[in-house]
Amino acid sequence: MWGYLIRRIGESLLILLGISLVTFILLYLVPADPARQIAGRSATAETVANIRAQLGLDQPFHIQYFRYLGNLLQGDLGRSYLQRTEVSELIAARMPATLLLMGAAIVAELIMGLTIGAVAALKRNSAVDQSLMVFSFVTISAPQFVVGILLLYVFAVQLGWFPIGGYGTFAHLVLPALTIGLLGTGWYSRMMRSSMIDVLAQDYVRTARAKGLGKLRIILRHVAPNAILPIIAMIGIDIGLFMSGIVVVESVFGWPGIGQLAWQAIQRVDIPIIMGVTLVSAFFIVLGNLLADLIAPLVDPRIKLK
Amino acid sequence: MRKTLMTSVLALGTALGTAQAQDFTEAKQGGSMIVTYKDDVSTLDPAIGYDWQNWSMIKSLFDGLMDYKPGTTELKKDLAEDYTISDDGKTFTFTLRKGVKFHNGREMTAEDVKYSLDRVTNPATQSPGAGFFGSIAGYDAVAAGEADSLSGVTVIDPYTVEIKLSRPDATFLHVMAINFSSIVPKEEAEKYGADFGKHPVGTGAFYLADWTLGQSLTFARNTDYWNEGLPKLDQITFEIGLEPIVALLRLQQGQADIPGDGIPPAKFLEVTQDEAFKDFVIEGGQLHTGYITMNVKMPPFDNVKVRQAVNMAINKDRAVRIINGRAVPANQPLPPSMPGYADDYEGYAYDPEAAKALLAEAGFPDGFETELYVYNTDPNPRIAQSFQQDLAAIGIKAEIRSLAQANVIAAGGEPDQAPMIWSGGMAWIADFPDPSNFYGPILGCDGAVQGGWNWSWYCNEELDAKAVEADAMTDPAMATEREAKWREIYLAIMEDAPWVPVFNEQRFTMRSAKLGGPNEIFVDPVHVPVNYDYVYSNDVQ
Repeated sequence: MWGYLIRRIGESLLILLGISLVTFILLYLVPADPARQIAGRSATAETVANIRAQLGLDQPFHIQYFRYLGNLLQGDLGRSYLQRTEVSELIAARMPATLLLMGAAIVAELIMGLTIGAVAALKRNSAVDQSLMVFSFVTISAPQFVVGILLLYVFAVQLGWFPIGGYGTFAHLVLPALTIGLLGTGWYSRMMRSSMIDVLAQDYVRTARAKGLGKLRIILRHVAPNAILPIIAMIGIDIGLFMSGIVVVESVFGWPGIGQLAWQAIQRVDIPIIMGVTLVSAFFIVLGNLLADLIAPLVDPRIKLK
Repeated sequence: MRKTLMTSVLALGTALGTAQAQDFTEAKQGGSMIVTYKDDVSTLDPAIGYDWQNWSMIKSLFDGLMDYKPGTTELKKDLAEDYTISDDGKTFTFTLRKGVKFHNGREMTAEDVKYSLDRVTNPATQSPGAGFFGSIAGYDAVAAGEADSLSGVTVIDPYTVEIKLSRPDATFLHVMAINFSSIVPKEEAEKYGADFGKHPVGTGAFYLADWTLGQSLTFARNTDYWNEGLPKLDQITFEIGLEPIVALLRLQQGQADIPGDGIPPAKFLEVTQDEAFKDFVIEGGQLHTGYITMNVKMPPFDNVKVRQAVNMAINKDRAVRIINGRAVPANQPLPPSMPGYADDYEGYAYDPEAAKALLAEAGFPDGFETELYVYNTDPNPRIAQSFQQDLAAIGIKAEIRSLAQANVIAAGGEPDQAPMIWSGGMAWIADFPDPSNFYGPILGCDGAVQGGWNWSWYCNEELDAKAVEADAMTDPAMATEREAKWREIYLAIMEDAPWVPVFNEQRFTMRSAKLGGPNEIFVDPVHVPVNYDYVYSNDVQ
């Protein structure tokens, strides 16, 4: 167990290192000069050169990269070129909003996904099952910016049930969390459905039924817990999905998280922020996968860590 | 009151002897408003901020020696109580207002003026506006890192500062009015260092009461403000991160008062036709020109006839229609509201037949293939497609290269990469209302360098010399003559046709019924986008 853990953590660090290198190379190749952007349109070539030297952008690639890594090891993500603020400060200020949104989305997708999946499994091959599965198919396929704008339009603008974008109260959280959660709902309902169908066919379920237990009791005591456990382990992997979704959803809803920060930075080629957000997101994805792998054997003894 | 404002619009900046601070309304102070923006406020450091969002926020937190009458491009004295200009136009002596206090309670003095100018020009500050101060004596030494202080700026006494220039500069009073020359207190700027932009302290009408990164900023009224009766509002809340469409919906539901990014094109017709809101829509000009550049260093655009033919081929009316008529067609680099604009110039008329003939005369009877670079956000690619059709009609096959903004700018800064660029979304908006501001970086030889903004790479030494002559005419009595000189320069440029000037965009914004104040301050040409100090609330009247 400990050997496995150490090996996995080592691998995770290597993955993060690889991601930092690839991102750094890509941003290095972008044909836009940060020094020129900082210097502004009225700057002389001399001023631009001066700023380039101050930022160390006149150094060869490998020096720039190792300098960045060195700072990173000391927890220094650098200073934004255009916001002129520590990247770590910008990310820290926005992280709580993103984590809140992710937490809410996980709750939303679990509640919706597991319920839909269970109902579909119990009503297998009925019209209910089919329409639920069509619904889950739609939620998986629909682009999140479309879902987001649709929800915003119907529930905030037309019905006025929720505020039109923004941050602060529970009401602000509902629509963006639903938008992200709906994608997961599709996956979870499909997994839950097949998992439930598997469990329903197990001998112990038949035994319980033969004992004369009530239908509800069988489902709650014997079927649901066994069907849900393997699904719980998937949450870690979900985090990766979320990270790709928050950029869009946070922009649509004006949610002040790191996705919105990334989107603004990408538009303005603010390299330190792009690097910082990429690394922080990658960290969460790697962490999520690691947790998923560690939790799996706990919920399902058939899985062994090696 | 509103009339006086309208009639004073567009007076030439140098005719400023009588300029006085002017209060439009007897409106009572009090109340609050909510202003929304899409993008983050990057910094409130006046030496650095250069964005749409922070430009007028900084103007409300800080003051400079000079400013503009609200809603106009007419210069007025601000922290300067008075000033004199020497006969050779090279020495400006400013007398400061007494009793002006920074938000931290200390009185502002001439030392602060000197410190602020030293700070903005110091390369370590990395100010995007440092270049504006190039005419101050000693600038080169500071820019090169050889001196910490501008030798041309001298503190005579606590309320008098003298600024010596190395060359006469007719635009210098404008330079003293841009954000970059705002007066900052040394002790606060040094205390916060690079984070001063997050902890701004100035002498302005408002002070920063709260800033939640990425979410909102709150400005509160400076009750000790030297300009009595201002500002009108007690508090402004800026909500950040709202898409323009969402911002508009909020305004319509009473959850916001001003959409800082204006009315989004997609909602334009709907809003302007809505009975409930159309009276609150405000239109204003801006010092903007949208243009197509042709790289004069890349064949076949090195041939002036080809460039003139393209000028005749572009259907500007159609381009204006694509953006729902939110612009007026242009025929010269300067926008109509800029001093020096040539009213009687007709430009190149839209005439595809004549364009085709001229192209044949230039040796391209069958046209040629080229590339048109464009910033990839709506409506720019659609406008570029319209140009593509226009060019195809005279046989020029233009391939559209739709890229991120920074990449288009980078391509334009290379001598041999972008044959044509449509400037939409990146176009020049003047830093100050003076014709010279449309020349140097975008049409002069200074800008025709690698990484520069002169994307047509047009460099005419003769016109450069003329521009220097014009800017040496510092005597206010010569303002008309100077204006005429600039007009000649721009008309000469049109002969050489390195640009196709396409249109001058108008700005459209809205205010909620709760807000009062003359329309002009909501589309202020200098306090862009809104002159917050003069907005008042109907709730407290």
